[in-house]
Amino acid sequence: MEILGIPVQALLGQLLLGLVNGSFYAMLSLGLAVIFGLLNIINFAHGALYMMGAYAAWIGLTYFGIGYWESLLLVPLILGAFGMLIERALLQWLYKLDHLYGLLLTFGLALIIEGTYRHFFGVSGQPYPVPAQLSGATNLGFMVLPNYRAWVVAASLMVCLATWFVIERTRLGAYLRAGTENPKLVQAFGINVPLMVTLTYGFGAALAAFAGVLAAPVIQVSPLMGSNLIIVVFAVVVVGGMGSILGSIATGLGLGVIEGFTKVFYPEASSTVIFVIMALVLLIRPAGLFGREK
Amino acid sequence: MNRTRIFVVSCAVVFAACSAAMAQQGPVKISDDVVRIGVLTDLSGLYSDIGGQGSVVAAQMAVEDFGGKVLGKKVDVVSTDHQNKADVAAQKVREWIDRGGVDMITDALNSAVALATSKVVAEKKRILMDTGAASTRLTNEDCTRYTIHHTYDTYALANGTGRAVVKQGGDTWFFLTADYAFGHSLEQDTMNVVKENGGKVLGAVRHPLSASDFSSFLLQAQASKAKIIGLANAGGDTINSIKAANEFGLTKTQNLAGLLVFISDIHSLGLPATQGMYVTEAWYWDLNDQTRKWSKRFFDKTKKMPTMIHAGVYSATTMYLNAVKATGTDDADAVMAWMRANKHSDMFGTNMTLREDGRLVHDMYLFQVKKPSESKGPWDYYHLRETIAADHAFQPLSKSRCPLINK
Repeated sequence: MEILGIPVQALLGQLLLGLVNGSFYAMLSLGLAVIFGLLNIINFAHGALYMMGAYAAWIGLTYFGIGYWESLLLVPLILGAFGMLIERALLQWLYKLDHLYGLLLTFGLALIIEGTYRHFFGVSGQPYPVPAQLSGATNLGFMVLPNYRAWVVAASLMVCLATWFVIERTRLGAYLRAGTENPKLVQAFGINVPLMVTLTYGFGAALAAFAGVLAAPVIQVSPLMGSNLIIVVFAVVVVGGMGSILGSIATGLGLGVIEGFTKVFYPEASSTVIFVIMALVLLIRPAGLFGREK
Repeated sequence: MNRTRIFVVSCAVVFAACSAAMAQQGPVKISDDVVRIGVLTDLSGLYSDIGGQGSVVAAQMAVEDFGGKVLGKKVDVVSTDHQNKADVAAQKVREWIDRGGVDMITDALNSAVALATSKVVAEKKRILMDTGAASTRLTNEDCTRYTIHHTYDTYALANGTGRAVVKQGGDTWFFLTADYAFGHSLEQDTMNVVKENGGKVLGAVRHPLSASDFSSFLLQAQASKAKIIGLANAGGDTINSIKAANEFGLTKTQNLAGLLVFISDIHSLGLPATQGMYVTEAWYWDLNDQTRKWSKRFFDKTKKMPTMIHAGVYSATTMYLNAVKATGTDDADAVMAWMRANKHSDMFGTNMTLREDGRLVHDMYLFQVKKPSESKGPWDYYHLRETIAADHAFQPLSKSRCPLINK
């Protein structure tokens, strides 16, 4: 059986691969959405944090013998702390200003971080081995799926859903959401809003780092890995609706799949298809697919 | 009184300065009294390991070997980041020539950058000695009197790797191609070689530059059932293609042929992922005593072994300074004429000749990547399998589409 001259089996394979890439988009755009929703900061340093996550795993393995599973836990904690440091030292002074200042500051930070890593590690990057438990591949009949890629989809879905649950369904999440709507009132109820904001940025950074560690065995760990991805991730956030949590998860996965199909039908356009969709969505629904007009 | 004295002193100073300047003129004709070498390269992007800062160091090493001077005039090395953008490069080169006094431009990796630069130098009568770009268009449709294609090109790569692989039985090919001038050129040249040697091309897929994931493309390559997957891409794209091919188990049933692989790529991928691959290069650090000695010097400065592009920049700069020395001028026409008329030898190659179409002709080498057990340590990566003699390494002049050649 064929669709547009392409066997259905091949399409199924591409669907699955699209989901794998979509998982990364979802995880990264989720962090961006959380940060934008609660801090009103357009965090351009997100790609750099993702890259730092991958490098932290590589450095841990190469110099300290810290394995993949430990890294998956440790690295988000370390970079979460680093994120909180950034928020306390730099970002907290910008909340009263226009969005543009936050964007410029984080963009500058990203350039500095990337430049520093490039200086020490070069651009060709370093290989990170797939953990032994997940090496090998499973034959699904229509394609051979490396076990590690299956794990990526599972892990990222778990993390995304947990985040959604915490923010939309728990008391802590309710405080966070209330804090963004009216910080003064929430503070008056005795809740430490600045601390919540710091923790949120730290959490966003930790999410990026987690995605970085997950990505390390899949692609070469390189200083450019963040900037190759970040623009696409921003497009995902815009399509999903700035600040919408469920929106960024669903759009991340969906756009990953659409990109995957484009790679079969017209590979030359695979790097632009997401932006074409972004333009269309902005024309028809300026607030994004899942966003609400404020 | 005071005023008169100042007047006299100033006159004396001006006179002295004038006569000093006049004394320097004579048979030596160096524009603005400095010979400037411009290293136009990718200092920050995906090609900055194969060229980049290493190319700047290589140019400086060549200048050092001349004692920093030629014909008593200072030699300066300047560099800039072209960001892999042809328009940025063209604008920078104009600025270099119009205001910076740059006489020769080298490296210029990235074929789009090289083609844009070669047009500017032809218009401004300066010299481009390209060591980084691969497209054969530089010596065919887009050849100029002022462009030298120094190190390698897609024809030489295709000819080396393509021929060797078909001979070993790899007679059906599928291409994974970077979607820009260089990728198309490499794909086309390799297809020709494969067909000429009796092989068959089953298809190709073109991916955007710096694609973040290659698994989709590789799956298409796998579905083609071709014996050989030709990687017509470079740098980070080649690295991620090879990595994904290993992960998806393609390498168990099909073989990869990296058509433009640099030693820095092998270094960063590691031997387990690359062993057995054939690569064609113009140069390797471990060829002979001379290359080893030069590479050690380079390594001490950069903590990396040089790529063929780095060695090429050194060789091109040396060749250029030799020509300036011999002709007594940095006039582009005179220097080009001298370089065409003479043979060139240095640690990069011996008896290299410059053809009418701008192609520098020298030996090329076919290497096979060592098994991890065969390697003595970092950077010991290649077995030399064949030295492709200069006469056979490049596109024959008779086939050149360069309009400058009278046939």
